[in-house]
Formats: sequence, structure tokens, C-alpha cells
Amino acid sequence: MTGAQLHIRNLLKTYGARSVLAGIDLDVAAGEFVAVVGRSGTGKSTLLRLIVGLEQPSAGNIEGPISNQIRLMFQEPRLLPWARVGANVEVGLGNGHDRARAHEALQAVGLADRADAWPDILSGGQRQRVALARALVSNPTVLAFDEPLGALDALTRIEMQRLIERIWREQGFTALLVTHDVSEAIALADRVLVIEGGHIALDLAIDLARPRARGSAAFAALEGRLLAALLAPAVD
Amino acid sequence: MSPRRLLPWAVPFGLLAVWQVTASIGVLPALVLPAPSAVLAAAVRLTVSGELPANLVVSTLRALAGLVIGGGLGFALGLANGTSRWSEAVSDSSLQMLRNIPHLALIPLVILWFGVGETAKIFLVALGVFFPIYLNTMHGVRSVDPKLLEMGRVYGMSRPELFRRIVLPGALPSILVGLRFALGLMWLTLIVAETIAATSGIGHMAMQAREFLQVDVVVLSILIYAALGKVADLLVRALERWLLPQIQSGEAI
Repeated sequence: MTGAQLHIRNLLKTYGARSVLAGIDLDVAAGEFVAVVGRSGTGKSTLLRLIVGLEQPSAGNIEGPISNQIRLMFQEPRLLPWARVGANVEVGLGNGHDRARAHEALQAVGLADRADAWPDILSGGQRQRVALARALVSNPTVLAFDEPLGALDALTRIEMQRLIERIWREQGFTALLVTHDVSEAIALADRVLVIEGGHIALDLAIDLARPRARGSAAFAALEGRLLAALLAPAVD
Repeated sequence: MSPRRLLPWAVPFGLLAVWQVTASIGVLPALVLPAPSAVLAAAVRLTVSGELPANLVVSTLRALAGLVIGGGLGFALGLANGTSRWSEAVSDSSLQMLRNIPHLALIPLVILWFGVGETAKIFLVALGVFFPIYLNTMHGVRSVDPKLLEMGRVYGMSRPELFRRIVLPGALPSILVGLRFALGLMWLTLIVAETIAATSGIGHMAMQAREFLQVDVVVLSILIYAALGKVADLLVRALERWLLPQIQSGEAI
């Protein structure tokens, strides 16, 4: 399985008089990992919701795979509390039931032995891993992450980042990660986009070797550049 | 059983012992409250004569018929009005107006309409159980987490599937709360209806016993209603354990 390309042309999204995205042009190569950072309310989540088809653009167009090949991981796990872990993963298959595939997806996130547990008894990090398995089970060509690690503690976050990176390298889907954590974006992405005022203000290639060491000077320099880009508009 | 498990039974059994003793030594006159042993004897006597089982069956069938009709309608309308704004606009405010009429106030009218036959009792029970099931079903459907619904849509669920896999299971705890309220009202309604207008049933048995000053039978009837209420409650709890297995798992940790 490989990733799919995405081509976005002059994408506009307005809510009433308020313009959230004011003309986004973006090309994502197959299998590329793109992170989108920006301050709250800059439209980065809206971009993701438009790509997965949860919302319709006001103008412009998005060219990508059909909707059942795109999967979204939310900020919260959003598991069904009345379904066991295995059945929750099967939700990702659409109509089908396939215990073997659900088991495979759970194995990929290290939870193969919890298929019969109720979501309630899992920890926050485990629940988010089940949500990741649910997103993976249908072998999507595009996987979108809407700040999926925001609610986790620092250590669990880093574990999850490594897990996401490992699975992305194994499976080769195209990944879109919305985050407000600059170091998370640098640790994972091939390219980091900064969205500001409804435009892409910066498109920065990250060519550090993987796995990336957070302490390195090159990492810190990129982090500094991105933070400067994010904070600049706040100064004027 | 551990002492902790036995503790809740101490007060009822103590009271029962006091009741038996005071009744036996004549402090408590039999015309006020016959001894528990006398009530038990009445139960045996009426069971042997067949009167008690017959009345019990009649009352239970009435209760169930009313529950199925009223509960079924309440459930269907609750689902419809919880999911469709249009359906809610058409029917909800009218139903809310009807809800404010105590259904037992309709007894004189219901007797005029249906006489003292089965229809009158079943109608009243159905009316009594309708509202708790209607309101709790609608509330349950409304309070389903919109984030789960959004997840379902992103993962490609069709409308019927969203309903079956998210709306219905999400509303189920609330629906079962409605059912518990409904069962309480079911017996209450039936007791009143059978006491006022009936030719059979536990309520009728109690009223007949009153005319012949058979206080033991009156007390027996009251205890039977208590037992029926308890059985109904146990059945709903069993239903909850069966339908909501995830809730017990949550309690276990």
C-alpha cells in the first residue's frame, strides 16, 4: 500500500463574513508527512476538515483520493464506550466485520492483547492508540491527525509520536498532522507549514535524518525559525 | 453471607418479629393488622382455592399489555422526536400538555368510555407508562455525544448505521431509566384502577376482602403489590446488566 497525492488549489473557507482560509495552494506528494502549525483560530483544523470532507469549501478545490481512503484521527479518541476495543477498531472498516484485520491493526499499535477490553478501563494513551488502530485498519492512503496528542502527558506523547512515525514508515500513507507543538512537527514531518491569516506563511522542509534527536543543534535551529515565524505577527 | 450483606435485612426482619409478637399477644388487634402468620395462612388458603393465582395472572397480563402498548408508543415517539426536528415540532408540545394531566384523573372518563372491562385498565396503564418512556427515550437520543456522531460520519456510516451503532446504544441507559420509572407507574396505575373499577385482579381481591373485613387478605394484597414491584425492578436490573455490559466494567475498576 502506498500514499496518495493531494492537490489543493485556491482553497477558500468563510463562515459568514469571517474568512478562515483565504486561498491555500498546496501539493502533497504521495507518502509525504506534512505538519501544519499555527496559533489557535488560524484555520489549521478547518483545512484538515475540508480535506477529509467534514466541511465543504467556499471556493477552490481539493484533488485527492475518495473519502473512504482518507482517515482522520481526532483530538479525543472518540471510541464507542459500548463496544469492546476490537469492535471499535472494526468501525474503521465501514460496514465489514473482520476480526483478523482488527487484530492486525491492534498489533501494530501494541494492543493486540486488549481486543476484548472495554475502552473505559484503558489509559488515555491506550485509548488514543486504539483510535490510531481504527484509523489504520482500512489501510487508508491519507491519514489526517487533528492534534491527536494534545491531551496526553509529555512522556506518552513522545511514545505516541514514535509509534506514529514507525507506522507511517512501515505503511507509507500520506500523513497530515495539525499540531500546535513545534517540536512535534519537526520530529515527525518532512515539511512543516505555518498557517497565518488564512495563508501559508511558511513552507519549511525538514531534512534531518530519522529518527530525529530532539537535542541536536539542527533541530533547535529549525525550532527557532518556526517559533520566530509563529510569533512574528503577534509583535506588530 | 458476610455480616455486611446481612445488615440491610436486619431492620425488616426485626420489624417482622415485633409485628408477629405484638399481634400474637393481642397488643395489636387482628382487625388493625393481623399477624404475619395469619397473612401467610391467607396466602396459602387463597393459593389452594385458586383465587390468588387467577387474580395474579389477570393483573400481570393487564400490566404487561399496558406496558407493551404505552411503552411501545412512547419509545417510537421518543425516537422520532429525538431524531427529527420536524416530528418534534408536530407532536412534542401537544404531548407535553397532555403530560400535565394526572392520568388517574381520567378514571371517571375512562369508565364512561370503556366501562369496567379490560380496555379501561389497559388504557390507563398504557397512558401511565407512556410518558416516562417517551421523555427518557427522547432525552437519551438528544444527549448522544455529537463527537461520536461526527466520528461515525467520517468513518462512512450511513444514517441507518449511525442510528443502530451510535444513537440507539448511546440512548439506551436513559431509555432503561425510563423503563424503571414506567414499571413503578405501571403497578401504581393498575392498583388504583383495579381498586376503583374491576371484577378481578389483585386490587379487586383487596376491595372484596375489605367488604368482608378480611384484613389478612387486604394486607396480603398490599404485600403482593410490593413483591410485584420488586420483581419488576429486578428484571430491569437484569436487563441493564445484559444490555449495558460496559457499565459494570466501569464500576469494577
